[in-house]
Amino acid sequence: MKSAIRKNRPLAAGVTALVGLPILLSGCGTAASSSSAESVSEISVMDYYNNEPDKSFIGDALTACGTKAGVTIKRETVPGKSLISKVLQQSSSKTLPDVLMLDNPDLQQIAATGALAPLSDFNISTADFAPGVLSAGTYKDKVYGLAPTVNTIALFYNKDLLAKAGVTPPTTWDELKAAATKLTAGDQYGLAFNANPTYEGTWQFLPVMWSNGGNEKNIDTEETAQALQLWTDLVKDGSVSSSALNWTQADVKDQFLAGKAAMMVNGPWQIPSLDKQASLQYGVVKIPVREAGQTVVAPLGGEVWTVPQTGNKARQAKAAEVVSCLNSDENQLGMAKVRNTIPSKTTLAAKFADENPKLAVFTDLVKTARARTGQLGEGWPAQATKIYTAI
Amino acid sequence: MSLSTDLSQATPPNGKPGAGKAGVRKPGSGLAGDGSGATAPAPRRRTRQSRERLFQWLFLVPAVVYMALFFGYPVVKNVVMSFQDYTTATFFTGEAPWVGLANYAKVLSSSLFSTSLLNTALFTIGSIAGQFVIGLALAIFFQRKFPLNGILRSLLLLPWLLPLIVSSAVWRWILDKDSGALNRFLGDLHIVDTGVPWLTSTSLALIAVVGVNIWIGIPFNLTILYGGLQEIPDELYEAGSLDGATGWKAFRHITSPMLRPVVSVVLVLGVVYTLKVLDIILGLTNGGPANSTQTIATQSYALSFQEFKFGEGAALGNILVIISLVFAVLYLRASRRAVDE
Repeated sequence: MKSAIRKNRPLAAGVTALVGLPILLSGCGTAASSSSAESVSEISVMDYYNNEPDKSFIGDALTACGTKAGVTIKRETVPGKSLISKVLQQSSSKTLPDVLMLDNPDLQQIAATGALAPLSDFNISTADFAPGVLSAGTYKDKVYGLAPTVNTIALFYNKDLLAKAGVTPPTTWDELKAAATKLTAGDQYGLAFNANPTYEGTWQFLPVMWSNGGNEKNIDTEETAQALQLWTDLVKDGSVSSSALNWTQADVKDQFLAGKAAMMVNGPWQIPSLDKQASLQYGVVKIPVREAGQTVVAPLGGEVWTVPQTGNKARQAKAAEVVSCLNSDENQLGMAKVRNTIPSKTTLAAKFADENPKLAVFTDLVKTARARTGQLGEGWPAQATKIYTAI
Repeated sequence: MSLSTDLSQATPPNGKPGAGKAGVRKPGSGLAGDGSGATAPAPRRRTRQSRERLFQWLFLVPAVVYMALFFGYPVVKNVVMSFQDYTTATFFTGEAPWVGLANYAKVLSSSLFSTSLLNTALFTIGSIAGQFVIGLALAIFFQRKFPLNGILRSLLLLPWLLPLIVSSAVWRWILDKDSGALNRFLGDLHIVDTGVPWLTSTSLALIAVVGVNIWIGIPFNLTILYGGLQEIPDELYEAGSLDGATGWKAFRHITSPMLRPVVSVVLVLGVVYTLKVLDIILGLTNGGPANSTQTIATQSYALSFQEFKFGEGAALGNILVIISLVFAVLYLRASRRAVDE
């Protein structure tokens, strides 16, 4: 009967739609669950080094470590911005990778969820790591993540421009203000930093705040206000472009490269692009302090490697082997060299500084560098308010 | 009386209200449509009717399922989330304790809420006013016959076709204080002597963001209003001109009343689209400087995805949904009136 067929077709379509959608929906994002605990042949890794050259450097180190541990590495790189949301998705669907890289200020957030295994479960040694690095990887007295190499920020200066203006690299705030004023002429600003309303802006403000004794737990102190005043003054007297409120660190580097800023606050990861421009002669000094004699406390940057709680002991043990290998002396030195970062172990860092004078300033800073807690992010816009209303 | 005509009638044009579709709802086009003036004997008619009813439902099922999965579920989830203490830990443990209205209380009492509500209002009013006036002016301009009319009109659609994140990156460069194209241009004309901090001044940033949003919204207004203008019969203008209604008078007494239904639709849709703008603001200023461009949408985003307070972000999102709903209801009423007229 004709009508019967006609009746069934839409019904079938409806049923297909009903049944098919959930299958479609659940089809994505299911990871191969390992069958049992006897032999692990593959370890999944997730990190955010999705740009060259870091992508290959990290990839090679992972492959070598995988070979050493007798497993193949299945690596996934995601853009930095989407790493955390991806991790959250995976932890709710229980599909976390065996080895996970996190930016160090995020570690405590993720460790607090219970998604990570403490590295002490796998007897990974944390000896000789710089205290700042360890505190970044620690949550409630247990170490959850280790960073093979770290970075921080310092003051880059354009040697030619400073020589032309007869300025020596500043060491105190007053010198910094004077130098910046002197170096500001035409469309060249004395200094560039970024004060955008994100964690990046906070990160660049921390060295002046911390070095002056300010503390993120209570930002309503004299010390922090002084630091803020410095930033405000620099923008107000025109030594820093007010565009700094919308720059990223990459923009800051571009200004410096173009000769539009004589000095800049930035990190060692910019060195390769600075070196590409042969005409640019630059030097690096510590970020100035308010009064001579204060110690520079710089914020610690870098990524830690962790072992998520996937529930499979054998795989986790293998994953821990890989993490341990990534943090071996040999890998720390190797990665530091190619990536312009600083080895996390203090003895290695000292050795490294002798071999790479360009990074010596950063190495020195890492010794006293402090881990961020990322709690200031909310307070920063309010401070930017003060900065801006002051202009 | 073929089956196919019945079927064509049975695929109802009435999408569910609030589906966010600009579907025009025919009043009274219910599901019981047997417009054949049937003279068939009763029993047969009943079976045919019930069969038709079944067909109608079968046609509806995929749409209903789709709506429930992709609109209903997220909305319900978002409402539930806004009453929970939903944090990063929730994702791993699956536990989200109920906190009642605490999230709402928190976002409503936050000092930022009034700022972002005001910014949202200013942003929306400014954008809509600019888009609509310029869009209408262009639409009237393109009513005239002149060479390249069609090409120019299609070129004006470009802002609509570009991905928003690309547009905002380009505008960031145009509006840069020191080396931006706009300041260079103004400087060369000696209108300004120092760079105007378009995106980095608390007083100018919102204006700049509104300007960019106007640029993005013009094509939408132009297209719909142009269509509306085309619908007005020429005879009216001819008759009007005999009575001395030309130029501005013709616009006031012929164009504007005839265009009213289209205008109300454009305005309400525009408001709903503008309320939820996120990517342009994130791309241009990220809510800064000093929260001067923070709207409810950007703040909801920041709460959820930068501070991981998903419950509060959801609560704020729901407040935005309620504000949009008010306008959506207005839109539905306006469009129904438009059809009735």
